[in-house]
Amino acid sequence: MRSLLAALAATTCLISAADAATVYPLDRATILVASPFDMKVEFDGVVKPQDVTVTINGEPAEKVLGKAVEFVEKEKGVEASAVIIRAGSIAKPGTYKVEAKAGNDTKTVNWEVFATPATAKAKNVIFFLADGLSVAHRTGARLMSKGMTEGKANGRLTLDDIPPVAFIGTSATNAVATDSANTMSAYMTGHKTAVNAIGVYADRTKDSLDDPRVETIAEALRRTTKKSIGIVSNTEIEDATPAAVVAHTRLRADKADIVGMIFEVKPDVILGGGSAYFLPKTTPGSKRKDEKDYIAMFRDAGYSLATDKTELAATAGTNTGKILGLFNTGNLDTTLDREFLKKGTVAKFPNQPGLVDMTKAALGQLSKNPEGFFLMVEGGNVDKMSHPMDWDRALVDTIEFDKAVGLAVEFAKTHPDTLIVVTGDHTHGVSIIGTIDDDKPGTEMREKVGVYASAGFPNYTDENADGYPDRVDVSRRLAVFSSNFPDYYETFRPKLDGPFEPAVQNEKKEYVANEAYKGVPGAVLRVGNLPRNADTAVHAVDDVVLQAVGPGSEGFRGYMEQSDVYRVLVDAFALSPAQN
Amino acid sequence: MSDLPFNRRTVLGLLGTAIGAVSTPARAASSASLDFDELYGKVSVLGLSFSDKVKALAGKDVRMRGYMAPPLKAEADFFVLTEIPMSICPFCSSDADWPDNIVVVRLRSAQTFEQANALIEVRGTLEVGSWTDPATGFVSLLRIVGADFHAI
Repeated sequence: MRSLLAALAATTCLISAADAATVYPLDRATILVASPFDMKVEFDGVVKPQDVTVTINGEPAEKVLGKAVEFVEKEKGVEASAVIIRAGSIAKPGTYKVEAKAGNDTKTVNWEVFATPATAKAKNVIFFLADGLSVAHRTGARLMSKGMTEGKANGRLTLDDIPPVAFIGTSATNAVATDSANTMSAYMTGHKTAVNAIGVYADRTKDSLDDPRVETIAEALRRTTKKSIGIVSNTEIEDATPAAVVAHTRLRADKADIVGMIFEVKPDVILGGGSAYFLPKTTPGSKRKDEKDYIAMFRDAGYSLATDKTELAATAGTNTGKILGLFNTGNLDTTLDREFLKKGTVAKFPNQPGLVDMTKAALGQLSKNPEGFFLMVEGGNVDKMSHPMDWDRALVDTIEFDKAVGLAVEFAKTHPDTLIVVTGDHTHGVSIIGTIDDDKPGTEMREKVGVYASAGFPNYTDENADGYPDRVDVSRRLAVFSSNFPDYYETFRPKLDGPFEPAVQNEKKEYVANEAYKGVPGAVLRVGNLPRNADTAVHAVDDVVLQAVGPGSEGFRGYMEQSDVYRVLVDAFALSPAQN
Repeated sequence: MSDLPFNRRTVLGLLGTAIGAVSTPARAASSASLDFDELYGKVSVLGLSFSDKVKALAGKDVRMRGYMAPPLKAEADFFVLTEIPMSICPFCSSDADWPDNIVVVRLRSAQTFEQANALIEVRGTLEVGSWTDPATGFVSLLRIVGADFHAI
């Protein structure tokens, strides 16, 4: 940037160093009244403090935000100045015009500060998110679980009876494409942010923990209510989606720091994987770089610890109030591996609970609080298995996600003051196009792909009526393909030996097809359409379908930005009414 | 996603320190073979424990087969040995993570990267126990040092 500025200055002599400052929160931000947030103005060059003014609706910013202003003449690693106000807040709803001036240059942004209604519509909110949930996941789960006769489904998923109420735009502040950090962060803070960022706006300095923070829903609940908070995921609990309920970092990979942030907020129920980041580094299996023992710290803070399904069930009978359940050093295994194939890490962790077990335990604990609760349940393996195009695992996990939603629907029958939201955070480029029929003639697998009339219907069975197909390797199964992929061998078959790993990296840092699948009968090489640095299929930019039922669900409608969803959640809880 | 500078820095730092740290052990005529599924005895959510075999082989000459996770440079004297080819890149992807059972390999001298699809055999001295690289903070539990490798 410096050399560009120098070049421009040499040719035109008109460019000011302070031209085009950036103000965080960004233009068109929506901010919950009285919620603390960091404001930052990044000037494009070094400016003098006496030349700088930052005003909000014409008044000094520090006066409106109620916190001291800090001027940084040269930010670390950046030849430019900044103004920072930490943890300020705005007391009254309305439109706020922010002007940052350095000499003759002015940057203007507008914020909308909103209040909630005075009366809560819902006492409890249960927010279900299947990571990467796309329309094909729902269709596939229904076909696998219920079957179809003469074009009509033989049964309905729980999802099928929750009204779809909005299309959600998932794009990031820095790209039309998106990831699970910024998407969930938008849901959980009301502010959009950049890819890989959680609970912060992404500033220009290298430090990933100094970026301007915004309040998370967990922090807002702690600040304004006595409600309980639960976080449930079948991925690492410090992974992006569950982390976004509580955390603040520019980089979702700061998993050790995120565990510390979970500890600061202390959600009442924490169930998931990722124990490696809770263990001190001297314990084999730890992924920390320090000696902090978060298992001991949570225990000391009054948490019951559960490390497998049996211990989790036992915590339901105790009256401890707080549960930390960690069931794998990494992500929990998929439903297909846990319950049927016994692959993945099931040999190491044979008694992992599933999303249904965890949701049941969480609801049992959280519903003891007469003040109500907020529970976030993530079906993370839908995404973890859609990246490597392991559609059988992704669809069976979607079925389990649906069963977990079913528990909440049952709960709401006796607790009608419960808002249930079911959504994805982004989509995948996945579609079901027919069937793969082993009994079609020939040896070439592509000739066995049934399309249009020749697709017929899949022949999954569910003899024991548990909602899961008895086996996924049936002779006429769903044909599912991704719109985007690295080089890989398409086998047209379920991966019974463990989750699919389509591509591996070569010495040029390019992903090439994993030759472990080359010898599968009928496998064909598909040359990728993604850049060669893409390890697996990527997220789609397509809208997400949001479904909701219960009090407050009427706030969702039409097209909404992901950040707009937060407002409906806090409105339902009436977290921050306007003060007279 | 591929926009995470942090991990890349980590590896660069490790490469830098590994150069000075390589030793040349006296090599025994024969070495004990060690498999990935023999590394840990007890595996639990609250931590792993090294197997008796690993404890017995600490400081001794071992052979291990596995796959070379791609280092940053084709010519490197440090790399990570994995049980299966790495289908994700923890050095470059923001949500990727190393498997639990990696082994850090420090070569006697730099060797050229083998294709990720190729099984290799590493031979060197087994180092056991948590060790934090002072330059980068990278924590490893098992290392094979003074090592060399060849494709199978």
